Amino acid sequence: MSKLGELQVGAKLDEIVLSPVSRLDLIKYAGASGDYNPIHTIDDEAKKLGLPGVIAHGMWTMGNLAKLFTSYYEEGFLQDYSIRFKDMVFLDDVITLKAELTEKEENKVKFSVAAINKRGKEVLKGSAVFALYE
Amino acid sequence: MLSEFVGKKSSKVRNTVEKGAVKKFVEAVGDLQPIYVDEEVGKNSRYKTNIAPPTYPRVFDFGIIEGFKLPSVGLIHGEQHYHYERPLLVGEEVQCYSEVHSYVEKTGSFGKMGFLSIKQYGEDQNGELIFSSEQIIIVPEPVARGLGI
Repeated sequence: MSKLGELQVGAKLDEIVLSPVSRLDLIKYAGASGDYNPIHTIDDEAKKLGLPGVIAHGMWTMGNLAKLFTSYYEEGFLQDYSIRFKDMVFLDDVITLKAELTEKEENKVKFSVAAINKRGKEVLKGSAVFALYE
Repeated sequence: MLSEFVGKKSSKVRNTVEKGAVKKFVEAVGDLQPIYVDEEVGKNSRYKTNIAPPTYPRVFDFGIIEGFKLPSVGLIHGEQHYHYERPLLVGEEVQCYSEVHSYVEKTGSFGKMGFLSIKQYGEDQNGELIFSSEQIIIVPEPVARGLGI
């Protein structure tokens, strides 16, 4: 694994393709996060709002996306992590997580990050600033 | 009116970064890496303990802002931002509070919508900031009407 601090602008981190989103994923996230909004776990509640079925918690996808950076913990930490939720994630969606280096400063590397569904649409988009230790 | 709550804060609530809760959380987001859950790896790291992932504050209790209550359905989580001074450490106590930061209304192609910003803060026992976060919540007009806005 190369060091984040040694990467150049334009470098991409290894993509992660998640398993198709399952109801159990969302039930587990509801339990772990305390977000029991039934729109994420009960189809009838989602349908009442005009949706075809349950949708993933945006924070579930955002939590997944952060794992692109986890293994670099000895080198630094995620100082800023900003996401815009752009589209809904449904059951069986296959989500790909991506990060690309966009800017380098002395002790910081900035990435654009995104989660993309199998139709190629961005469901989450944002940026991550990784602060490097001395 | 939501705008009346701008500037209002909750009182601080003490939270603990619990080992078991961190494990459950990283399992739920598929990020079961040793720095979060393996005690030996934590001890041998620069942090001398395990850490929690950046979106973990979702678990914390940020207290209640008096009189402020949002409906449980119809809101859209538009954006989420986190800022860290350092990672959260497993086992540490964090004083958390929240603040209604701003409320603005905009008219776009979907009609009138409100944009509510709620900020959340986590401080260490000396009152030093560990992290702050901001949630942008979109309040569609029918929901706003229901709130008597």
